[in-house]
Amino acid sequence: MEIPEMRHLLGLEDMPADQITSLLDLAHRMKEIGERPVKKVPSLRGKTVCHFFVEPSTRTRTSFEVAAKRLSADTLSLSASTSSLKKGETLLDTAHNLQAMAPDILVIRHSAAGAPHLLSRHLKAAIVNAGDGSHEHPTQALLDMMTIREHLGRLEGLNVVIVGDIAHSRVARSNLFGLTTMGANVRISGPATMLPPGIETLGGTVCSNMEDAVEGADVIMMLRIQKERMDNDLFPSDREYFNLFGLTRERLRRARPNVLVMHPGPINRGVEIAPDVADGAESVILEQVTNGVAVRMAVLYVLASRNEETP
Amino acid sequence: MDTLRDKRIVLDCAAIGRTLERMAMEILERHQGGDNLALVGIHTAGVPLAHRLAARMRKTANLAVPVGMVDITLYRDDVFIGLPHPIVGRTELPFDITDRPIVLVDDVLFTGRTIRAALDALMDFGRPKCIELAVLIDRGLRELPIQADVVGQSVQTAPNESVKVILSELNDVEDQVMLREKP
Repeated sequence: MEIPEMRHLLGLEDMPADQITSLLDLAHRMKEIGERPVKKVPSLRGKTVCHFFVEPSTRTRTSFEVAAKRLSADTLSLSASTSSLKKGETLLDTAHNLQAMAPDILVIRHSAAGAPHLLSRHLKAAIVNAGDGSHEHPTQALLDMMTIREHLGRLEGLNVVIVGDIAHSRVARSNLFGLTTMGANVRISGPATMLPPGIETLGGTVCSNMEDAVEGADVIMMLRIQKERMDNDLFPSDREYFNLFGLTRERLRRARPNVLVMHPGPINRGVEIAPDVADGAESVILEQVTNGVAVRMAVLYVLASRNEETP
Repeated sequence: MDTLRDKRIVLDCAAIGRTLERMAMEILERHQGGDNLALVGIHTAGVPLAHRLAARMRKTANLAVPVGMVDITLYRDDVFIGLPHPIVGRTELPFDITDRPIVLVDDVLFTGRTIRAALDALMDFGRPKCIELAVLIDRGLRELPIQADVVGQSVQTAPNESVKVILSELNDVEDQVMLREKP
C-alpha cells in the first residue's frame, strides 16, 4: 500500500476519496508524534517551508509552524505587515522573490480567492492553500473530518450540519466538498442573507430554520460570524442572530445523543454558540486544534516527499 | 506487479517455530532473569515476531515481557529519492523505555538501514539501558556497521535476491521464509 502522490494542496473540490482517506490515516499516525516526549521526527530535515500569510492569522499559521517543526523542516514566516506587498510589490513578484530562497513548500493565506492557484502555476514550490478568500480552506476541512472520524468511526452516511455565514465561509465550502466526497449528508443553515444562491448545487441540503437543520444531526459545525468580512446589514443584531441560529442546549437536544459540536474558532460566545455548549461534553473544539497540527503534518510530509519529476 | 520468482524455501513452518524457540531462549540467556526486559517489533513483520517471542518466554520462563512496536517510515533516509510513500504504521510503546534493556525484533536484516532508523526512533522515546537486535533471518549485504545479537538463520544471498518472510498473522497463510530472485 502506498500514499497517493500530491503536487499541491489547493482545495478539496477535486480531491478523490482515497486521497482524503490516506491523508486522514497519515494524520492519525502524525498525531501520535505530538504525544511523545520528543515531539519531532527527522523526515523533513533540510526542507524549507515558507509561511506566507498575506491575510492575518494566528492559529492557522501557528498550527502550520508547529507541524513543520515536528517534521524537522526549517520554517520562515512572512505576514502582510512585514511583506513588501505593503510597499506596492505585486503578489507574483513577492512570490518569485520567495521562490528565489528555494522553499520546498509555500503555505499561503490570501484574501483573494485563487491566489494559491495563481502561485502554483508560477512557482516550483509545492503550494498549500491555508485559506483563500471565501473559497477554500482545505486543511481545516481535513482536520474537521479527522475529528469526526476519530469520534464516530466513519464519515459515510453521517448527518453533518454547517450553520452560519456560508457565503463568506471557505471552511464551509471545503467541508462541503470533502464531506460529500466521503459520503456524508451535509445540511446547511443560516440567515438567508448569508446563504449564497445556488449553494445546494455543491451537494448540501439547505434548511432555512435551525431547528430542522439540527434534527437527528451527528455533527454540528458552527461557523464564526466574520464581522471583518461583511457589511453590517446581513443581520440586525448579535442577539437576534443568537436567537435564530445560535447553538443552544435546547436546540442541541434535537440532535443525536452522541452529537459532536465543532467550531473552527475563534468562537464568539453568545453569538453563534452558547457558552455552556462550547464548553460542554459534546464540544470537540479543542481537539480540532490538536488534530489541525496532525493533519498539516500529513499534508507537509506528502508534499515534501513528492517526486520532483511529477508535473 | 511481482516480478520476483521463488527460488527455495529457507525455513518452513515447523522450522520457523523451532528457530523462534531457540531465539527466545538465547534472549533469556543474554538477560539473566529477564528483569525489566522489553521487546520492540519493527513494523510490519517484526511486530508479530516480537509477540511470538514474548509468548515463548512466558511459557518457558513464566516471564511477562512487554511488547511494543515502532514504525520507521518517518526516520527513513530515502524519503526524498522519488519512491512511492509507504503507509506509515503505528508506533506504540506501552512502557517507559528509559533504563530498560530493549530487544529490537525484525524479520530480515539486510542493509542495516532499517535498524539505524529504528534506533533513532527509539531514542526519541527515552534512554534505554541497552538495545540489542534479534532477527529471524540475516541475509548479509550490509551497508552500515550494524550486526544482530540474536540470529535465527543466516542466509547467503545475492543483491538480486530477496528474502520474503510470510507470517500467518499478516498473510493469512502458513508461515514460510522464501528466497526469491529477479529472473
